[in-house]
Amino acid sequence: MAHSARRDSPELPDLSLLKRLVRDQLIYLLEQLPGKKDLFIDSDLMSPLDRIANVSTLKQHEVDKLYKVEHKPIVSISDQICFLIRPRIQTVKWICDVVNADKAAGKFRRYKIIFTPQKFYACEAVLEEQGVFGDVTTDEWAFYLLPLDEDIISLELPEFFRDNFLAGDQRWVRTAGSALHLLHSLFGPFSKVYGIGRCSKMTYESWREQVEQGEQKARHAEIGNVFLIDRDVDFVTPLCSQVVYEGLVDDIFRIKCGCVEFGPEVTSSDKSIKVMLNSQDKVFNEIRNEHFSNVFGFLSQKARNLQTAYDKRRGMDIQQMKTFVSEELKGLKQEHRLLSLHISASESIMKKKTKQDFQELLKTEHCLLEGFEIRECISFIEEHINRQVSMIESLRLLCLLSVTENGLLPKDFKSLKAQYLQSYGADHLLTFSNLRQLGLLVEQQPGETLTVMESKVGKLVNDRTAVKLTDAFSSLAKKSHFRALSKKLNLVPKSDEEYDLRVPRDMAYIFSGAYIPLSCKIIEQVLERDSWTGLEEVTRLINGHEFAVTGADPKSKSDAQRIILVMFLGGCTFSEISALRFLGKERGYKFIVVTTAITNSSRLLEALLDNNV
Amino acid sequence: MAFITANWNPLGDTFYRSAELYEMFWSLRDGLGDSLVAAAPYGGPIALLREPLRRSPSTRPQLEIYSASGASIASFPWKSGPVVHLGWSVNDELLCVQEDGTVLIYDLFGSFKRHFSMGQEVVQSQVLEAKVFHSPYGTGVAIVTGSSRFTLATNIEDLKLRRLPEVPGLQGQPSCWAVLTQDRQTKVLVSSGPELYVLDNTSCTAVYPPGLSPQAGSIVHMSVSFSYKYLALFTETGRLWTGLSNLQERLSEMDTKQAATPKQMVWCRRPRSQQPSVVLMWDRLLLVVGSCNDTIQFPLEDQSVLVGELDGVRIIGSISQELLQEVPLVCQDIFKIASMAPGALLLEAHREYEKSSQKADEYLREIKEQNVLGDAVRQCVEAAAHEYDPDTQKALMRAASFGKCFLTEFSPDQFVTTCRELRVLNAVRESSVGMPLTHTQFKQMTLQVLIDRLVYRQFYPLAIEVCRYLKIPDYQGVSRVLKHWASCKVQQKDLTDEAIARAVCAKVGDSPGVSYSDVAAKAYECGRPELAIKLLDFEARSGEQVPLLLKMKRSQLALSKAVESGDTDLVYTVVTYLKNEMNRGDFFMTLRNQPVALSLYRQFCKLQEPQTLKDLFNQDDDHQELGNFYVTSSYRDKRLEGRLAQLQSAVDEYNKAKNDFAAKATEEEMRLLRFQRKLDDEKGAGLLGLSLQATMEALMSLGLHKQAEQLYRDFRVPDKRYWWLKLTSLAEKEQWEELEKFSKSKKSPIGYLAFVEVCMKNNNRHEAKKYVSKVTPEQKVKAHLAVGDLEGAADAAIERRNESEMGAVLSRCSASDRLLMDKLNRARVATAKK
Repeated sequence: MAHSARRDSPELPDLSLLKRLVRDQLIYLLEQLPGKKDLFIDSDLMSPLDRIANVSTLKQHEVDKLYKVEHKPIVSISDQICFLIRPRIQTVKWICDVVNADKAAGKFRRYKIIFTPQKFYACEAVLEEQGVFGDVTTDEWAFYLLPLDEDIISLELPEFFRDNFLAGDQRWVRTAGSALHLLHSLFGPFSKVYGIGRCSKMTYESWREQVEQGEQKARHAEIGNVFLIDRDVDFVTPLCSQVVYEGLVDDIFRIKCGCVEFGPEVTSSDKSIKVMLNSQDKVFNEIRNEHFSNVFGFLSQKARNLQTAYDKRRGMDIQQMKTFVSEELKGLKQEHRLLSLHISASESIMKKKTKQDFQELLKTEHCLLEGFEIRECISFIEEHINRQVSMIESLRLLCLLSVTENGLLPKDFKSLKAQYLQSYGADHLLTFSNLRQLGLLVEQQPGETLTVMESKVGKLVNDRTAVKLTDAFSSLAKKSHFRALSKKLNLVPKSDEEYDLRVPRDMAYIFSGAYIPLSCKIIEQVLERDSWTGLEEVTRLINGHEFAVTGADPKSKSDAQRIILVMFLGGCTFSEISALRFLGKERGYKFIVVTTAITNSSRLLEALLDNNV
Repeated sequence: MAFITANWNPLGDTFYRSAELYEMFWSLRDGLGDSLVAAAPYGGPIALLREPLRRSPSTRPQLEIYSASGASIASFPWKSGPVVHLGWSVNDELLCVQEDGTVLIYDLFGSFKRHFSMGQEVVQSQVLEAKVFHSPYGTGVAIVTGSSRFTLATNIEDLKLRRLPEVPGLQGQPSCWAVLTQDRQTKVLVSSGPELYVLDNTSCTAVYPPGLSPQAGSIVHMSVSFSYKYLALFTETGRLWTGLSNLQERLSEMDTKQAATPKQMVWCRRPRSQQPSVVLMWDRLLLVVGSCNDTIQFPLEDQSVLVGELDGVRIIGSISQELLQEVPLVCQDIFKIASMAPGALLLEAHREYEKSSQKADEYLREIKEQNVLGDAVRQCVEAAAHEYDPDTQKALMRAASFGKCFLTEFSPDQFVTTCRELRVLNAVRESSVGMPLTHTQFKQMTLQVLIDRLVYRQFYPLAIEVCRYLKIPDYQGVSRVLKHWASCKVQQKDLTDEAIARAVCAKVGDSPGVSYSDVAAKAYECGRPELAIKLLDFEARSGEQVPLLLKMKRSQLALSKAVESGDTDLVYTVVTYLKNEMNRGDFFMTLRNQPVALSLYRQFCKLQEPQTLKDLFNQDDDHQELGNFYVTSSYRDKRLEGRLAQLQSAVDEYNKAKNDFAAKATEEEMRLLRFQRKLDDEKGAGLLGLSLQATMEALMSLGLHKQAEQLYRDFRVPDKRYWWLKLTSLAEKEQWEELEKFSKSKKSPIGYLAFVEVCMKNNNRHEAKKYVSKVTPEQKVKAHLAVGDLEGAADAAIERRNESEMGAVLSRCSASDRLLMDKLNRARVATAKK
């Protein structure tokens, strides 16, 4: 792949700055509560926090013990307690219980709640309702962005997806706007902002507002262009099985905050190992974007190279040996360790994925994408459900079927759902209701959903609001036009040609040459045209809200113009990141991906389950 | 020009001058006698209350407010109680201290703002005397009561009354007293008989002015300087003592040879004063006493009032107003007769130059030879700033400008700034504006304050001109003025809402820093809600409109504005507010029109008030969501009966929502639950809550095949599913006979390859082989391969003449299967031929 890359790709800005900023801010906040204190952390903030400040840093600032925030009485004996939480009503209620329990026991402590990245009025309202507003002090830690790698930044807000797209709760929009504002003030000014999707539009507006309120400083831009995209623009891509190495690792082992835990089956010992997966890992860096079928080749080549490097030792004199040991050996050993780890990880993946069923699964997916042999696919899915292969996988196939086929035929819709309920329990009725609302699993009812909603709404209010209302319910009435989009944008390459996965010719390689991810294709098209002109049909099918705004005038054709920030609202997959990296290499761009969270099919669907409220 | 020194009077080694500021606009019938007068420093307004102590209700005293030039600003009859003292606050508010200790505050235009009391006990004892004073903390009020006690309030904006300790031996009114601000503490200096005391928060200390002759007698009048640094004491024998106000040092002492107590005594100093002096006023005489014991006497024609300023004393009479001050040193240097100061020479040079005389060159040469041209220019500029007469200012500035021409490296800043400032000062000194500020005062009070004062007096156009002329950033300048203007405009009762809104919008436009919501709030305060709404429409940031709209009870509008702003916190604030304000029905109705607010509230209810959520759906007749709601809550219910009841409600709702599928699915779930309960009771199977599939699995593994079959029939489980289930279950339990029986019960809907594979999975090749024969021809090869029977597979493949299948078999062959491979290869060739 390397040979096709353009040599003049620009340098990425240094994102570690973001880490330093929030670390300093956290320390400042901790210092606001002088003396020894116990720190209670939201469980899903633990890993992100670890990326920012390790335990010894916290200890330096008089954090005595660390606990997880849970709904149970606390054991801390400290008289100062600091809670570090996401602004969630549930968590705040737990804290109220803690405070009230202390009060009842006549225990006096100082409490401080640090909300990150911001506090919500609703949380304060809960404090007030529970009668502890005066007993706690609150603060905000503006930890908006966590750089996971040199080109990936995450907001680490997995709930963004469900809250925004399912519940229609826009509380995070401002957060996303603030995150963008932070990037803008550090690496801006942006010269062009493109976007598609309702949430993108709102995020853009929120950002604009913040820019206008703050002072403007003329500075040298490091990031030129920005692309905002909603997850609901493209549900197909995250529903597909990932076959690029990094995506596969995520699907199978679940990468958490840039870090993966390889279990005993990989480490071939009884311990599991945590490994950071980023560009620092030289071995991983070379294979992360590769189609899995190439990974073994790469790894064995690598192993041979390593051997050659080791072999250099032979015939060295003492002096050379000394230099070798002091300079190279450590690096080689490190590389060796990583190499063996990735080889066993790949083996473990092979065991799971090259089985017959996986091949058939992929085949079904490809058929769905192509719109080919749908009947067979449906029976495959039926069998999949009947044999209870996997709850999430079955759901994923159902959704993929619905999204690509623009809904299921009423007969199939009923029978598949009934069978699914029989397999996994009636509580999934609620899951289905959620999926229907998002348009992920719907019945074919040409045009009807929308009109019913519209007429209902139209009766209630005047026209102006009606438009807004329809907007708000648009996801509910959303219809997928995947087939039309696929045709328009050429998403599915012609299957009669052989696709050489070793030398990919387009982004389709990330799905074994079967499908170019819609999200990435849109980005490519817009960047190529420098506007949405010519894509009117596409945006209409996607349900619009596209925009392109020219901002600060680029002073010159600088490198910054070829650095593009892509912000996924609602999450993005590693496959999409790989696809963008490939696109960047082809076109001489560099992409920085900002996402509300890294997602994959399982996370996406798990967020929509409703059986464990 | 020549007469510039005409009004200079020597005092010691310096000069004092008195310049006329204004011919007063007012025409006072009875002069200033018999009135309470308060004139604010820094050219502030003058308040006048005639016969303040007249108590008959039939003729009320008149309170009049004038600008410093005597132009009437307001006049109204005094309707409250008898007033003891008048004073001005730093914000140009008039404080009227009443006998009963109430302090009434009026603005410049005579409209009442607020009042406060100096304490309850004062009502009884009455205020004998009061003083309004200024300190770094703001404006303060001090009173002495009939019971001879002092009470202080250091800052009227943040009222804290302090009652000072008793003064020993003091009965009734003290002969004189003054307020001092020292070491960040406010004290009172009081003379009682022969003694002098300092009162602070806790103690009363007797003090003795150093060097005051013992025979001087008791002190009958005292005065503290503008800066609180100096003190002047006048004794009953007519002696005047001056010194530091901390009473550590004496400056001078002299005999004024006046037996009567002066009516007023005021310090006259300026920053870097050469010869500070005290101005004493009697009925017909004004006496300026310098610290060198030199004096100047002025006769006085009518009743006057002295106003101490930072750099002089204003003398307000009924006809005219004068400023008495020490002539600034730089002016002395320039204008003193026969002065050879560089500035004086430059002024002379320029004068000659205007006359086209070559003497100009001589003067210039002289300055240049001494190399003091720069100083000369600076002197002229500085002196111009201190001069009050525009002609003199011009002459000096022209001279400076002329001198500047001969300098190469000379910063024009001072010149330009002074020019600008003088223009501004001349404009505000205009008698129509009436703010006789000196340059020194202007510098001290700063431009910001000057603009504020112009705004207080509603000189909006002038204020804006000043801002623009001095190029003050809009945010601090023009916008601020406009904001005041707009707030004032909305109070005009004679204009329609429409006209005011239009006028405000036209003037304010979108000036930065003017918040329409603030103006609207003001309009609302004045009881014009309609105008407020009109003004709010101009507010660009919808978030800013919300608080006021809520206050005005326009909650619907507030909600839609909050939604527009995109700030969910704001939306939530409004929602909480609405929830408390409205009845439920209206509240839900309002939310219904605002989906964003609705979803936000739903999220909140889900966690905090599930019952409200139900009501919300009920109101909307959203049966689908109600169904979902019941299903969700059914999982929270621990008892089966409760669960079933909840599910039944869900079924009803789903039916209403015409969601047959969900209704049916829920009904089935109920049926399943009842079934599970029954079996649990009978056999202790532990099935409750399992899915249908899991239930069947559990039943089979317990060997309860009959019950499993019942479920299969009752719930119309697809054959395939049932077969798969039974197949795996039997195989796992290794009930091979049962399995065989089952396989023969009817034709397998999942084929027989599944049997082969499942048997192999459970490691029973023998059983697997039994089913190979039953497999369909298409799957034969696969089945043979599955059981590892290569020969059988080969035969089947050859029989079917299928090349790819042959290939598949071949790929599984190892070297030892030579014969088989040959056979296959031959068959392959044969197939290929045909």
